[in-house]
Amino acid sequence: MYLYDDIDQAMLADRVAEFRAQCARRLAGEITEEQFKPVRLMNGLYLQLHAYMLRVAIPYGTLDSAKLRKLAHVARTYDRGYGHFTTRTNLQLHWIKLKDAPDILDDLATVGLHAIQTSGNCIRNLTADPHAGATADEVDDPRIWAEAVRQWSTFHPEFSFLPRKFKIAVTGAPVDRAAIRIYDIGLRLGRDAAGALAFEVRAGGGLGRTPYLGPVIRRELPARHLLSYLQAILRVFNRHGRRDNLWKARIKVLVANLGAEEFARQVEEEWDKTDKAAVDLPDTELARIRGQFQSRGFQTLPARSAAFDAARAADPAFARFARRNVLPHKVAGHALVNISLKAPGETPGDASSEQMDVVADLAERYSLDEVRVTYEQNLLLPHVKLDDVPAVWAELSQVGLATANIGLVSDIIACPGLDYCALANARAIPIAQAIARRFAEPETAERVGELKIKISGCINACGHHHVGHIGILGVDKKGEEFYQLSLGGSGEDDASLGQILGPALSADRVAPAVDQMVDVYLAERREGERFIDTFRRTGLAPFKEAVYAEAD
Amino acid sequence: MPKLIRWRNGRATATDDRFTLLADDEAAPAGDVIVSLARFHAEGERLRGEGRAVGVRVAAGEAIESLAYDLPEIAVVALEFPKFKDGRAYSAARLLRERFGFAGEVRAVGDVLLEQAPFMIRCGFDAFEPADGTRPDQWAAAARRYRHVYQRAADNRQPAFALRRAMVPVAS
Repeated sequence: MYLYDDIDQAMLADRVAEFRAQCARRLAGEITEEQFKPVRLMNGLYLQLHAYMLRVAIPYGTLDSAKLRKLAHVARTYDRGYGHFTTRTNLQLHWIKLKDAPDILDDLATVGLHAIQTSGNCIRNLTADPHAGATADEVDDPRIWAEAVRQWSTFHPEFSFLPRKFKIAVTGAPVDRAAIRIYDIGLRLGRDAAGALAFEVRAGGGLGRTPYLGPVIRRELPARHLLSYLQAILRVFNRHGRRDNLWKARIKVLVANLGAEEFARQVEEEWDKTDKAAVDLPDTELARIRGQFQSRGFQTLPARSAAFDAARAADPAFARFARRNVLPHKVAGHALVNISLKAPGETPGDASSEQMDVVADLAERYSLDEVRVTYEQNLLLPHVKLDDVPAVWAELSQVGLATANIGLVSDIIACPGLDYCALANARAIPIAQAIARRFAEPETAERVGELKIKISGCINACGHHHVGHIGILGVDKKGEEFYQLSLGGSGEDDASLGQILGPALSADRVAPAVDQMVDVYLAERREGERFIDTFRRTGLAPFKEAVYAEAD
Repeated sequence: MPKLIRWRNGRATATDDRFTLLADDEAAPAGDVIVSLARFHAEGERLRGEGRAVGVRVAAGEAIESLAYDLPEIAVVALEFPKFKDGRAYSAARLLRERFGFAGEVRAVGDVLLEQAPFMIRCGFDAFEPADGTRPDQWAAAARRYRHVYQRAADNRQPAFALRRAMVPVAS
């Protein structure tokens, strides 16, 4: 876990002081909302349908108990006692008063949290593999590099007024758990032929109105040159990205229009002229950052735990939790424990202050004081001893956090939708709740197996609907909420964009349609096939028929 | 009231602008002038030959590279911000300073607002025509708002990583 030093803390303090003065001018009526808007957006403060929303950055989804407790405290003190974890692994507080915003930021800064660059046309908070530092398949810890990029991109003088917002995802493992293909830049660490750390660099991915999977623009970038190479990409984008049309301003449009090869050539040309030593971090700084991510305190344990095995044998509910939510760790006798924020009937991604406090306590006692936020809007304890998993599970169960549904049909990604968001066409949360209720019976959900449903309340695609095995997009039809279904998307290593199923459905028909498609899958599936595998073999036809047959 | 703010050696001062901005179809009066990039390419040499200082006004989409060889003869490069949200001029300013070693004045013109002061100064701008009526003391305060920076740019501020290296002795 990276801990802020005096310099990092001074940056936060200066930022809050600046924003406090700006808020005071606004509250005194010295500046208009129009003049204030760009200022508040730079501090993650949005004006939504009902209130101000504050988006707190959780850099690369990494928290410790102090940070999580502070989030719980802020949600309890200044909001309604809960917060919403997003697909960018940030926390949104949806009921904020403007007068409180500077105090909230002061409070957050005491533990090294902030809302810097969680909005605006700048480089946003990075996301990373939530399994970082815990998974055996990792080549290097992506958090080291994510922290390097965090610092470099913070208040970047050249790249704070880009054509459009800019999102980076980074992983250090061959298996993609960070959705690196759907962001403006996707980074994957590997090794080159000589064994040195090298990034595979993707650029121009993105969802929204025109979705693209990001193509590789450089196969092996020496890792130590990451920042100078990013500067080259951002400079090409800043200079040549479109600024005449909001919908065509993301880097994906520039890359698509130039072609990945020509875009890469322009980046290389810029990079060749760059004074790399002035931009790239010296080895001493990289080593300093690296040192802070060393997890200390692992015990030497046997690979198997008698306590864990006994609990599995004794309690089918725990056995299911162990099957669905617990994953092997790189250190023998340890595990990663996923905490689902998708209890059927609840709002996907929401956690109450009480729940956050419980997770913080568990992290402190059982997980070397670490918690992660995943882009699938769940939490994760990365370093739990197998011996302790039954106790962790029992305590999670007390606060409704032991739902054993990771990767299953009820583990739904959903944006806040029209319940909160001023941009939305339709609600996303009630649709997610209706679907999850249909599959609330754990046996049913497990029988269906891996099925990723992703719901967005508008074409901006914050809910990643393009890359859902089943994607659901809210659309407005003459003032009524309708939902466009798509099938066959994936945001991971088998990435693909979903295909539209047919005409949009009314709200009450969405959950039944999911049910019908699941029935088709269960009838059609062959040994070992997931929902998406069956779809890829059969195509749209049987699913379409099942959903639209009775309507016709 | 002079509307140009000049930033030199950490101080912001209001100053009279001795340059006249010429439209492309306007005859050049006596004295120093700023002309468009197109006009500079067509007439720059002649205008300079008449014994005056010449500046160039570069629009946001224009390639700053096209000035590279002429820079030693240019007194001012005025970079346009058509809207404050249009950040292309930041890249142009850094290229002028860091890649082409331009030592003359780099002036921010157009939708130039106080909130942008720290970014502009870091990218190498040293003269500003504020569109919001802000004063030099406000610009100086804005430039000093942050005690630290995380990255090198066209100013000479030491980034956090360099300060840390200076503070922690490295065993060799």
